[in-house]
Amino acid sequence: MKFYTEPIEKSPRIQKLVDALYEKMPQIEADRAVLLTESYMATEGEPIITRRAKAFRHILEHLPIVIRENELIVGAATRAPRGCQVFPEYSFEWLESEFDTVETRTADPFYISEETKQTLSKVYKYWKGKTTSELATSYMTDAAKIAIDHGMFTPGNYFYNGIGHLTVDYPKVLAVGYRGIIKEAKDARAKLSAGDADFAKRSHFLDAVIMSCEAAIAYAKRYSELAAQMAKTTADVRRRKELEEIAAVCREVPEYGAKSFREACQSFWFVQMLLQIESSGHSISPGRFDQYMYPYYKKDLDAGKLTREEAQELMDCIWVKLNDLNKVRDAASAEGFAGYSLFQNLIAGGQDKYGRDATNDLSFMSVTATEHVFLPQPSFSVRVWNGTPHEFLIRAAELTRTGIGFPAYYNDEVIIPALQSRGLTLEDARDYNIIGCVEPQKAAKTDGWHDAAFFNMCRPLELVFSNGKDKGVQIGPRTGEVETMRTYEEFENAYRAQMNYFIELLVNADNAIDVAHAERCPLPFQSSMVEDCIGRGKSLQEGGAIYNFTGPQGFGIANVTDGMYAVKKLVFEDKKYTLGFFKKALDANFGQEMDSQMAAKLTAQVAASIVASGKELTEEDIKTVYTTVKANKASDEEKKQYAALLADIQALPKFGNDEDEIDLFAREMAYTYTKPMESYKNPRGGIFQAGLYPVSANVPLGAQTGATPDGRLAFTPIADGVSPAAGRDVKGPTASANSVSRLDHYIASNGTLFNMKFHPSALEGRSGLESFAALVRGYFDQKGSHMQFNVVSRETLRDAQKHPEKYKSLVVRVAGYSALFTTLSKGLQEDIINRTEQQGF
Amino acid sequence: MEQSYLETKGRIFNIQRFSIHDGPGVRTIVFLKGCPLRCRWCCNPESQEWHFENMVQGGVTKLVGRDVTVGEVLEEIARDRVYYRRSGFGGMTLSGGECLWQPEFSEALLRAAKEMGISTAIETTGYAEMDVIRRLLPYVDTVLMDIKHVDGEKHKEFTTRDNAKILENARQIAKEANCLVVRTPVIPTFNDTESDIRSIAEFAKSLGTVREMHLLPYHRIGSDKYAGLGRTYTMAHIEPPTKEKMQTLLSVVERVGLKGQIGG
Repeated sequence: MKFYTEPIEKSPRIQKLVDALYEKMPQIEADRAVLLTESYMATEGEPIITRRAKAFRHILEHLPIVIRENELIVGAATRAPRGCQVFPEYSFEWLESEFDTVETRTADPFYISEETKQTLSKVYKYWKGKTTSELATSYMTDAAKIAIDHGMFTPGNYFYNGIGHLTVDYPKVLAVGYRGIIKEAKDARAKLSAGDADFAKRSHFLDAVIMSCEAAIAYAKRYSELAAQMAKTTADVRRRKELEEIAAVCREVPEYGAKSFREACQSFWFVQMLLQIESSGHSISPGRFDQYMYPYYKKDLDAGKLTREEAQELMDCIWVKLNDLNKVRDAASAEGFAGYSLFQNLIAGGQDKYGRDATNDLSFMSVTATEHVFLPQPSFSVRVWNGTPHEFLIRAAELTRTGIGFPAYYNDEVIIPALQSRGLTLEDARDYNIIGCVEPQKAAKTDGWHDAAFFNMCRPLELVFSNGKDKGVQIGPRTGEVETMRTYEEFENAYRAQMNYFIELLVNADNAIDVAHAERCPLPFQSSMVEDCIGRGKSLQEGGAIYNFTGPQGFGIANVTDGMYAVKKLVFEDKKYTLGFFKKALDANFGQEMDSQMAAKLTAQVAASIVASGKELTEEDIKTVYTTVKANKASDEEKKQYAALLADIQALPKFGNDEDEIDLFAREMAYTYTKPMESYKNPRGGIFQAGLYPVSANVPLGAQTGATPDGRLAFTPIADGVSPAAGRDVKGPTASANSVSRLDHYIASNGTLFNMKFHPSALEGRSGLESFAALVRGYFDQKGSHMQFNVVSRETLRDAQKHPEKYKSLVVRVAGYSALFTTLSKGLQEDIINRTEQQGF
Repeated sequence: MEQSYLETKGRIFNIQRFSIHDGPGVRTIVFLKGCPLRCRWCCNPESQEWHFENMVQGGVTKLVGRDVTVGEVLEEIARDRVYYRRSGFGGMTLSGGECLWQPEFSEALLRAAKEMGISTAIETTGYAEMDVIRRLLPYVDTVLMDIKHVDGEKHKEFTTRDNAKILENARQIAKEANCLVVRTPVIPTFNDTESDIRSIAEFAKSLGTVREMHLLPYHRIGSDKYAGLGRTYTMAHIEPPTKEKMQTLLSVVERVGLKGQIGG
C-alpha cells in the first residue's frame, strides 16, 4: 500500500500560537507551591499517599486556569505561556539561593517577580527538613557524598526533582476515561479483606488513586465551565463556536472514553499536562502517539467527520502545547539539560507487538506537525527496522534536512533483543518507545528511572594518575603510584578498580534517592496509569510497575579509549615515554595555555570557593588568580617535551575511523562501565542497566575534568555519547558509523547516543536524501542503536552567535533532544560547532 | 586457492568514501595516479603525473601517491558494502588519473569487486588501446566516459591529445559495455556553446546504445592545488557557467533525444 504523502498545509492558527508562546521570557509562578503547602499543613500526620492525593486535589481545585487565544486544545499549568511551577517537596534551597541570578544566567533564564520571590520564601520555611533530597542525603554513605562533591558522578536529576521518565497508559485513558480507572481501583478495593496483612497500605493507595482521578475529572470540568463562560462574552462568531466545542469536549474527557479524534486529542493533553503538575519529573514521554491515536483518526476520517487538514491542525496544536510546559532547574543542571527541554519524547513508526510494520498516516503527520511547529518539543523520534517503508524514512530525512535535529532514529533490530535480554517479553519489547533522550522501555508497564545519573568515565582515569586523590583528598582507592606500574595490565586494572569503586557509590546514591522518593513522594495519579500498581496496591515509587530499572548513563568512551590506547602504545609497547612523564604532562595540561574563556570560568570557581570559606576577595586577588590559572608554569624545555608527546598521541589511531583494533578496544573500554552496572539491584525489585549518552553534560562536566591522556586539554568538553571525540573521526560518516557500531549496543540497554553533524550540502536533492537513508540503514544493519543529526553549517552557527536576534528560532540537536541554539550557554554552542562536520564528497 | 591477482600492485593517491554526488548511490572512489591527458581545467592536478609529488595544502606538505595492492584497496572498499547495498546502486568507482593506464591493477580490482557483489563504475577519458579497454569491460557495470569535444584541433589544444582515438573507442565501447554514459565537462571558452554541446550530444546519440549524457559544470575548487604543486593554473580568469546557462545546455541535450543531467 502507498501512504498518503501529499503535503498538508499549515493552518494560520498554528503560527499565531507559536508566536504568542515566544513573546516573553518564561516566568516562575508560585501558585502550585502555595497550594501544595496549604494542603500539606492541613494533613500533617496522615499517610503519605493520602497526603499526596489530597495535595494534588487541592492544587487542581485552585490552580488558576487559562484558555489562551486561538487555542483548540486547552489546559495550561501556568498563567503565562512557557511558565513553570515549582515543586518544593523535592528540593527548594537551590532556587532560593538563585532567586537573584535565575533571570540573568546564561543557560535557560527565567523571570521571577519580587512578589513571587517573597511568596516562595514564606512557603519554603515549611519545607525545611521535609524534602526528598534531604532524606536522600541522609540515606547516602559519606563516601558517595564525597564522590558527588568531587564531580565523579552527578545524580542531580532525581536528587532535586521528581523522577518522570515514563510513558503512561494513554490508550487506557482514551478508551475508558478516568471513570474507567476509578472503577478498576474500586473493584480492586472491593477485593481486599480487612484482615489482609497489607490492607492498610493497599487500601490507602487505592483510595489515593481514586481521589487523584476524581481530581483530574473535576479539573477538566473547570475548563469546560471557563470555555462556556468565555463563549458567552465572545463576539467573534467563529471563536465562540470553538469555545463552545471546547466546553463540550472538556465535559466529556478525560472523564469518559474519547468518542472522536478531537476528544482523544484533548484527553491526551490533560493526561500529559496533569502528570507534570503532580511531579516535577521530566521526560514524560507521549511515546507511540501515532499508534494509540490512529483508531480515533481512522474512524472519524472514514465516517467523513474529520478531514486530514483538521486532524493535522489538532496535532499541531498539541505539538505547540508541549512547548507550553516548562521547568526551572538549578544553574548547574540547566547547563546539563540546556535548552528549556522537557524531553517529551514522541515516536512514530516501527513494529507492532506482533512484529508487523505499524507505520500509518499519523506517523507521516507527526513529521508534518514537527515541520509546521518547528519547536524543540516534542522530542520527535522514529523507529526503523527492515520493514520500515522507504517513503517514511525519506519523509523523516526531509525533516532532518531542515536542520531541526529531529527526528532521532532508533533501531528496532537492536532495541528489541536488548530489552528482551532485560526480561521483557517479546511482545512488550516490540512495542517499545523512547523516553527522554534515547532510553527505550515498554510503555505503561515500566518505571525505568532512566537518566539516573551522569557518570564521567574520564574522572576515574584521572584518579589512576593521582593514586585515588582529587584536589589533595583521597576519594578513591589507592591503586598504586603510576611510576611503579610495570605492565599495561596493571594500569588497566587500576582503572577498572577506580571504575568499580565509583560505580558502587553511584548505585548507593541512586538507591538512597530511590528510597527517599518512595517514602516522601509516592505519586498516586501517575501510578493509576501504570500496570500493575492498582493490582499490587502500591505506587510506582514503591515498585508497583511490572518492569523496574535504574539507568545511569556513562559518557566519555572515546576519550578513555583514545587515552588508554595512547598509554598502551607509547608507554608499554613503544616504550617511548614513562607513565611518570605522562602524569607530569597531564598535570601541566601538555604545556598548553588555557583559553581566556575557560580561565575566566575557573577563576570564578576559585573565587567562589574562597568567598564561601568566608575570606574577603579584592579585585587584585581575582586578577592574580586569573593570571595564575591562565599561564602555564612549565618551562620552555618542558613545554617542548609535552608538545612532542601531544604530537605522538595525535599521530596514533583514534576511535571513529573504522579501524578494527582501536574500535574493538573501545568496545572493551565501554564494558568497564556497562558490565559492573548489570550486577546491581534497586529497591523497587529491578536491576541497574547502563546507558551511554551524556545529554549535554559532557560540556559542564568536561569543564571539571583535567587533561586526559588522549590529548584532550583540561576543562574542554568530553566526547558526547558513543560518538568519536570531536574532530578525530576524519574518514567520513560511513567510517565513523562503522566504528561506533562495533561497540556493544545491546548491553547498554538504557540507550546509546550517536551524534552526527552534516553540512546541508550532503542532503541536497533527492539523491542526498537517498544516500542519507542508506547511511541510517547501513549503520542499523551493523547493529547501531541510535543516530541523530545536526544539519546546520558552521558558518550559520557562527553567525547565530554574533547575531542571536536573527536566529531566535534556530533549533539544533544538542544530545538526546533539540533546543533553541541561542538559549544555550557559550560552551555548549562551541561544542556543537566543533563536532565533526561530515560532508558528502 | 590461488588468488594472486589480489597481489597486483597499483598506484593511487586517494580513496574517498561516502561519495554521494558522483554517480548513483553511496560510492567509494579510488583515485588512480597517472593520466595521458593534461586538461587545462583539471581539478585533480595531482592525479596527472605518475611519479610521487609533494603538494602543499593549508601550509602542510603532503606526499601525493602511494603504491598499494588490490587486496589492500578491497579491504577499504568492502568496509562500506552495507551502504552500497542500502543505497540501491552504490559501489566502487575507479577515477583518476586514468584507470586505463594501469590495466592489470584496474582489471584485478574490478574483477574482485564484482566477485564480492559490489557494483562497479569507471570514470575514463577513453584514451587507450581498445584491447586494453576490453580487458576491463566484463567487470564494469557503468562506463562513465568523457567526450569533451568533437573537434580534434580544439580537443588537442585544451587537453594535449587528439580525440580521434577517443571517438573511435567510444563507438566500440558503446557496442560492448554493459552501460555507457557520456559525460562532458562544460568549460567556458572551450565547449560551452549550444552548438558545441549539440555536436557532442549528437555524436553520443549516434553511438546507438547511449541513453544518458551528464553535463559537469566547470568549477575552480581544485585551483589551489596547482600552486601547491608549484604549477600555474591557467584558467584562473574563467568564471563557472551560470545555472541558467547550464539549464539551456541541458535542454539542448534533451532535444537531441538523450536523458540529460547536470552534475554526476
